[in-house]
Amino acid sequence: MSKTTQAPKALRGVGNFIDDRFHLAKTGEKNLRKVFPNHWSFMLGEIALYSFIILLVSGVFLTLWFKPSMIEVVYDGSYERLQGVPMSEAFASTLYIDFDVRGGFLVRQIHHWAALIFVASLVVHALRVFFTGAFRKPREINWLIGVAIFTLAMVEGLFGYSLPDDLPSGMGVRILQGVMLALPLVGSYVSMFLFGGEFPGEDIITRLYMLHVLLIPALLLGLIVAHFMILWHQKHTQYPGQGRTDKTVVGTPMFPAFAVKAGGFFFFTFAVIAGLSAFVQINPIHLFGPFTPTSITSGLQPDWYMGFMEGSLRIFPNTLDFTIPIGAGYPVMTAVLVPGLVVPGLIFGAMGAWPFVEQWITGDKRAHNVADRPRNAPVRTGLGVAGIVFYGVLWLAGSNDILSETFSIDLYLTTYIFRVLVIAGPIVGYIVTKRICLGLQRRDRETLEHGYESGIVQQLPSGEFIEVHKENSDETTHVLESKPVITSTALEEDATDDNGVENPAARKPMGKLRRALAHWYTKDNVSFEGVEAHSGHHLNHSSHGDDKGH
Amino acid sequence: MTENNNDNNTGDDAKERVVGTPTDTTDVVTETSAKAESEHNGPYLASETHQHSEEKQVRGEKLASVWFIIAFLGGVGFIVSYFLFPPTAAGPAIADPQIGQYSNVLLGGTLTIAMFGIGAGMTVWARNVMPHYEVASPYEDLPSSPEEKGSFSEFFMKSADESGFTKRPLMRRTLIAAMLPLGIAPIVLLRDTGPLPGEQMKVTPWVDGMHMYVEGTHRKIRAEDLENDPYGMISALPALDDDRYPHGISLTDQAKSVILLIKMPEDDWKGGMNDAVREGSDETRLNWTHEGIVAYSKICTHVGCPAALYERTTHRILCPCHQSTFDASDGAKVVFGPAHRPLPQLPIGVDDEGFLIAKGDFNEPTGPTFWEYRKD
Repeated sequence: MSKTTQAPKALRGVGNFIDDRFHLAKTGEKNLRKVFPNHWSFMLGEIALYSFIILLVSGVFLTLWFKPSMIEVVYDGSYERLQGVPMSEAFASTLYIDFDVRGGFLVRQIHHWAALIFVASLVVHALRVFFTGAFRKPREINWLIGVAIFTLAMVEGLFGYSLPDDLPSGMGVRILQGVMLALPLVGSYVSMFLFGGEFPGEDIITRLYMLHVLLIPALLLGLIVAHFMILWHQKHTQYPGQGRTDKTVVGTPMFPAFAVKAGGFFFFTFAVIAGLSAFVQINPIHLFGPFTPTSITSGLQPDWYMGFMEGSLRIFPNTLDFTIPIGAGYPVMTAVLVPGLVVPGLIFGAMGAWPFVEQWITGDKRAHNVADRPRNAPVRTGLGVAGIVFYGVLWLAGSNDILSETFSIDLYLTTYIFRVLVIAGPIVGYIVTKRICLGLQRRDRETLEHGYESGIVQQLPSGEFIEVHKENSDETTHVLESKPVITSTALEEDATDDNGVENPAARKPMGKLRRALAHWYTKDNVSFEGVEAHSGHHLNHSSHGDDKGH
Repeated sequence: MTENNNDNNTGDDAKERVVGTPTDTTDVVTETSAKAESEHNGPYLASETHQHSEEKQVRGEKLASVWFIIAFLGGVGFIVSYFLFPPTAAGPAIADPQIGQYSNVLLGGTLTIAMFGIGAGMTVWARNVMPHYEVASPYEDLPSSPEEKGSFSEFFMKSADESGFTKRPLMRRTLIAAMLPLGIAPIVLLRDTGPLPGEQMKVTPWVDGMHMYVEGTHRKIRAEDLENDPYGMISALPALDDDRYPHGISLTDQAKSVILLIKMPEDDWKGGMNDAVREGSDETRLNWTHEGIVAYSKICTHVGCPAALYERTTHRILCPCHQSTFDASDGAKVVFGPAHRPLPQLPIGVDDEGFLIAKGDFNEPTGPTFWEYRKD
């Protein structure tokens, strides 16, 4: 290609038409030249975006036939095995999609699989952002938007799961209503207003349908657009490397390379979802049968993202329940309120608050565009793993009946085990992770000093065997040397001022707390001070014993 | 950044890889051959790009085209699969679950091939045909300069003063007052979404003398039926025959009135059965049973799943959702799990013909426990 191809006449025409009206040539070029750093972990958010698009498209298709009505009918449709069974119109119309609309079964499964993958990719994407510190200034607001998307996505998924009105989905709604009823003072009112009367009433599917196809998707779409525009404006974070600084981003331009790669990735995401929908059955409502409030099967499992709520409902004991002794007595059901409100509040609240808590502890007000390597922020990484373990244990506890049966463990014993694990697990997870981080930091220092292990073993004249260490690449050296030092302004401020008067800020309880937290946050760190690249003995097996952890 | 980038040293693929940038001088971060420099005339600076060899590009083009052809065939296959299962005179062919399954696999499989083909083709295109390079670009400068901020602030406050909003408190306050009722209006409008709870959650269709149907049937239950039942447990509903509902009873009434009838040897009753059915009542739980048969609400007092599992030997009732466990021989006391209170009990007896009947309503509201459940 020696000459740039002239833009086709039609394209020029369209371009001029638009530019005559919007003056976009300069902005357009700037955006086409937008730089996207390359790393596989940056594609996690893309998966979420693409599955959301698939959800919108497949969802529109499903609305063509779905009837959000709880009128009870006796089924007289094509699926023989349920003929004559009383069911809601919602369930009957879902059967219609499955057994009368060609491709309906596939699109329903695509919609369900895409929902599972949407929430899963959100979670993994959020973890990536958390562990690399990409939530730091200036991106705190985008992090909060992300947390809101995550929360809404869960609610959206739960409501969508409820719409077909099959047995497990109706039971999900029942549990939701049970949790609402436990709210002190207002529980029965909230439930009555949402359900239009007592459970199940005749309105709930219609209302959940509105929330599922209109209100929440509109909110999600708005938040996703905002998330994306902020990302676009602030540009992506990048991992440390040569030339990558807080001032300069290095990567592939939007057009053509990133656009083509991202487009291809959309089709891969769709292919995976379509493949799962073709070959892995999900939510076979025709096998579950319609909802009745009086029947249930054992081994019921919600969609995966509700598992942690289910698990906490299962393992939280009723021993902390109490009754307020006024009049006949008013119950406070901690066994429902803690799992239903406190646990999700804790998880989402901690996620939302962390960027600000960390900033408060460290006093770091700088803008960060170079992401942290997780090992270089051991406390944060440890806390993140503690959060994963907490969530994971609750999630597993949501399947304790299945675990009990599969592994032939007493059902109640699994509950006790999970009660212990949910507290001990995060603590152990934190400690182990932090130690691993510090260990990796030590190895980084060693690599920096001595080069990397080449795999070549030599025998010295003395008979000693050594492994030859080779010099690191410039890139590696740069990355290792750029390890940030974690400090906190709270520790730099003197406890007393020049006149020997105690620093008033540090004396107050919050000041003391901040100092204590700052100490905890910064104390464990493998110092790279004084370490020079390749200053160790290249050809000797290095002797090192200077780590303070040894 | 993963562990270690030492494999960069090998140089085999150095031509394809991005090597770092000099930190100061330029915003270009690519090592390119002089040849590419002179030949390239694309939208980016020549020094920013690194072309693949023509040979490699041609290979890439061919491979990508193969993928796109596969995708095309997949797409055609998808449409063909759709029309492979036309409705028959008897109804849709896919109504047969087996045929429906074939249809699903064919449609989904071809769609997968089409999508994967396009994705793979585009990836090959990006990797083998397009030049590989990275460019550098500055991050936006945050925050604005003090001059810009000052100018903005000055303009904003000047304009606010000009509008009179800051200087004319009467107008400002009345405007805010005018907004308030409108802000509350949407919440007021939601009032009619449902009735107030009132007492309706505390009563069920059970009344004195009402017969019981085996759940899902219209068969009345006799006391002997429980003798013969292999599980020693029958799930039952009030014998209502309301024509408006296929079951003869609304789902709402089912949800609050469904009971478990459990028969056990009378020696197995535990102390809890001698408790009063409710505070201040002189009737005991035992008075509300009939010849070893006891009736409890089937709806768990935790969050409302049916507590449907009954173990005959231990007389335990287990809710499969969250594993609240109740002792049927001991007034349905909670022996394990998260439930707050025992399952409510229904007073039962028999009529002249030997059919089981209710002798009144439950001792407590059924269903999930709520704030005012104890209030009369």
